[in-house]
Amino acid sequence: MLRELFSSDIMVHAFTGGAIVAVVAGAVGYFVVLRAQAFAAEAFTDIGFAGATGAALLGVASFAGMIVFSLLAAAGLGIIGNRARGRDVEIGMVLSFALGLGVLFLSIYSRTSASHAMSGINILFGSILTISSNDILLALGSCATALAALALLHRPLLFASVDPAGAEARGVPVRAISAAFLAIVALTTAGCVLLVGVLLAASLLIAPAAAAVNLTNRPGQAIALSMATAVGVTWCGLVLTFTGTIRHLPAGFYISALAALVYGASLVLRKRLRRVRVFEYPHGDRETG
Amino acid sequence: MSLEPVSQRTQPVFLRNVRFGFGGRVIQDEMTFTIEDGEFVAVLGPNGAGKTTLLKLLLGLIRCEAGEVMVFGRKPRRGNSGIGYAPQFRTLDANFAVRARDLVGFGLDGHRFGPGFPSRKRRKLIDEVLEEVHATEYAEASVGELSGGERQRLSLAQVLIANPGLVLLDEPLTNLDIAGAQEIITLVSRLCASRKVAVMLVTHDINPLLPHVDRVLYLANGRCAIGPPQTVITRETLSVLYNHPVEVVEAMGKKFVLGVET
Ligand SMILES: Nc1ncnc2c1ncn2[C@@H]1O[C@H](COP(=O)(O)OP(=O)(O)OP(=O)(O)O)[C@@H](O)[C@H]1O
Ligand SMILES: [Mg+2]
Repeated sequence: MLRELFSSDIMVHAFTGGAIVAVVAGAVGYFVVLRAQAFAAEAFTDIGFAGATGAALLGVASFAGMIVFSLLAAAGLGIIGNRARGRDVEIGMVLSFALGLGVLFLSIYSRTSASHAMSGINILFGSILTISSNDILLALGSCATALAALALLHRPLLFASVDPAGAEARGVPVRAISAAFLAIVALTTAGCVLLVGVLLAASLLIAPAAAAVNLTNRPGQAIALSMATAVGVTWCGLVLTFTGTIRHLPAGFYISALAALVYGASLVLRKRLRRVRVFEYPHGDRETG
Repeated sequence: MSLEPVSQRTQPVFLRNVRFGFGGRVIQDEMTFTIEDGEFVAVLGPNGAGKTTLLKLLLGLIRCEAGEVMVFGRKPRRGNSGIGYAPQFRTLDANFAVRARDLVGFGLDGHRFGPGFPSRKRRKLIDEVLEEVHATEYAEASVGELSGGERQRLSLAQVLIANPGLVLLDEPLTNLDIAGAQEIITLVSRLCASRKVAVMLVTHDINPLLPHVDRVLYLANGRCAIGPPQTVITRETLSVLYNHPVEVVEAMGKKFVLGVET
């Protein structure tokens, strides 16, 4: 059955595309979780939605529209936001406005023809099963850029995320770093949207990383765990889509459900890990404080 | 090309007629003093006197409005690796996601760009400095589960690991009990002596520091006074500084300043 699965081009594309996006989402997601910017990441998917539908309306590749819109939004947030964390109000406004624009573009666009209605649905729910090699190249490009930027910035980014005052004193350009990170998130969400769609992109970005942070306090380990979990969840989701009893449930459903499951499991495990850790101390009473 | 004598003022800190403030409001004026290598200076003064702002000036995070500031003979600049700084308020976000040793490691290479891999040498450096501040016991613990005093030690370790020539500690003794404060003070004064590091330590209580500090820098009322504790923490000097009568009482080898709210 599995061999049969991989003999088709569609599946090979889905598995490779999925892995590329998941690896980057896992790594970037770690910093999103550390910086408590899950809401901003969610907003980027909605902004990407407006960009994608707007581009479709203009007859341009929707991925390009997505990238342009979310990078613009990243720049905007970078300019207004001098605080690393939060900014719920601004983000909430931008998010709802972007969503409104997206809905407008989508309704105009899908009225024009039935095939257009279908591609609108792809934007919302992802198109992992119809992903073309062209799309894979696009995802690869944006994800590779995001990953390279992350590799370059990860140390000052971690420093600034955990200890902003210390980082600033040490000469880390905290504001520039946080703006650059938003751009990284923008590129990554665009890739995620391609795979699982606007509605579920944030789940791939946040759940695996949040689970990893629950399970270890070593940054390197957490990033590796988050990337592995994201790939695992994506691949399992794809396998289930094709072999599950109810066939052709959207892959996005399986992926997001598995991601939530992994996060839930990590919460249970964390409780146990914390309890064990107490005994590592020579003075076992530290946890009570 | 002639070798001009650059500035002779290569001391860790050199200030002449410095004025700083925010938006037209002057915080300190006519500030003039120098600090030599290996000197241990306590910085005192009431809330809002400008202690933290003075440290930020030396770090190049803000600019002065008048006068001349030199740090090791150069203008203050951001990211000066010759200075180690422990901020007064360190809000540690995502507390449970990093270990004590990660926080200390930030002081070593947290500001560097590029990939960067853990090495045995890096680990050894971190272990050594953790040992120095007596924090080895909780090296692997999440920062979020540590007490305030334990975090103060990590903060100091993060500063020391970069091997700076000037150390600025902004109220490192808050959150510490008497024994803990004593331990940090002993550590810092040993550092001054052995590594020839100049230290400016901001505090509200001079007493535990009295046997250790070389000089006291007292800020109040937009002005400052500097000198050994026995000449600065006196009725005469402080009354002039505060511009109203202040009494200094000595009892059991401790000094108590009366008539002001420090
Ligand atoms: N960024 C800022 N903008 C405007 N005013 C500021 C700023 N930072 C500090 N101030 C003002 O400058 C004055 C000196 O502040 P500073 O933090 O240096 O005081 P401090 O001596 O460290 O006091 P404390 O003992 O409470 O820490 C205060 O009145 C404060 O309100
Ligand atoms: Mg202060």
